[in-house]
Amino acid sequence: MFFTRWSPWNDLQSEMSRLQSEVNRLFGRYGSADGKSGIPGYPPINIWEDEDQLFVEAELPGMELDDLEIYVNGGNQLSLKGERKQPGDNDGTWHRRERGYGKFARIVELPHLVDADQVNANFKHGVLTIMLPKQAASKPRKIEVKAE
Amino acid sequence: MSDIIKQETGANITPAERTRDNPTFTPRFDIFEKDDELILWGDLPGVSAENLNIDFEKKELTIHGRVMPRSSGTQCLMAEYGVGDFYRTFAIGESIDTEKISAELKNGVLTLHLPKTEAVKPRKIAVTAD
Repeated sequence: MFFTRWSPWNDLQSEMSRLQSEVNRLFGRYGSADGKSGIPGYPPINIWEDEDQLFVEAELPGMELDDLEIYVNGGNQLSLKGERKQPGDNDGTWHRRERGYGKFARIVELPHLVDADQVNANFKHGVLTIMLPKQAASKPRKIEVKAE
Repeated sequence: MSDIIKQETGANITPAERTRDNPTFTPRFDIFEKDDELILWGDLPGVSAENLNIDFEKKELTIHGRVMPRSSGTQCLMAEYGVGDFYRTFAIGESIDTEKISAELKNGVLTLHLPKTEAVKPRKIAVTAD
């Protein structure tokens, strides 16, 4: 505190970066427009469902299906593990490094109980899609209303 | 940044107006310079070779990958990223032999090889002794 001097420039800068991150959050690819803030874990995941299945999708460009470990635990937990390796060698100069590398692990809670034995995954053009059939107990049921 | 790739031009130019209602994202790229070439790696998940257009015109390299919506007709439960096209432009300097630019696409990663012209390649000068 003793050495801190007020400077309008610093103030403006931090205000600008705050504004920038706010705008990124609202309009960026990885922001959530629904108001939930925070950066998702890696890899970002999209989940959707139809009546019988849950679909979990993640973009993992540059990986092979063999480099991935996919587990379903306890019927409603999906875990994704893997490592993305960096291309190139040491014999050159990096001008830009926007892509991330390294090991990752992510566990997501699924909104339904799934049948772990029937899970299928496919990996095409760097997009992983996992199809998880819902357990019968989790499927919507039509309730018959009897008229007297 | 060397002047081989001068700048990204996405912000300065207005690309042709689009006719499809699909969001467009800027793909992430790595640029690596070697003695004889520049290598660009770009993440284009979901793009197949037939949906990828790479054009070189007026010193600009344009990368446009089209991505079809993947989850239509279903109920979305969680969306942490958007799905859409990828578009990015790089300005290429004089020192690249543009005739020899090559590209490959594997598992959603585009690798672009931009060979340097002979004039800018580093050369070892042999010293002759008497």
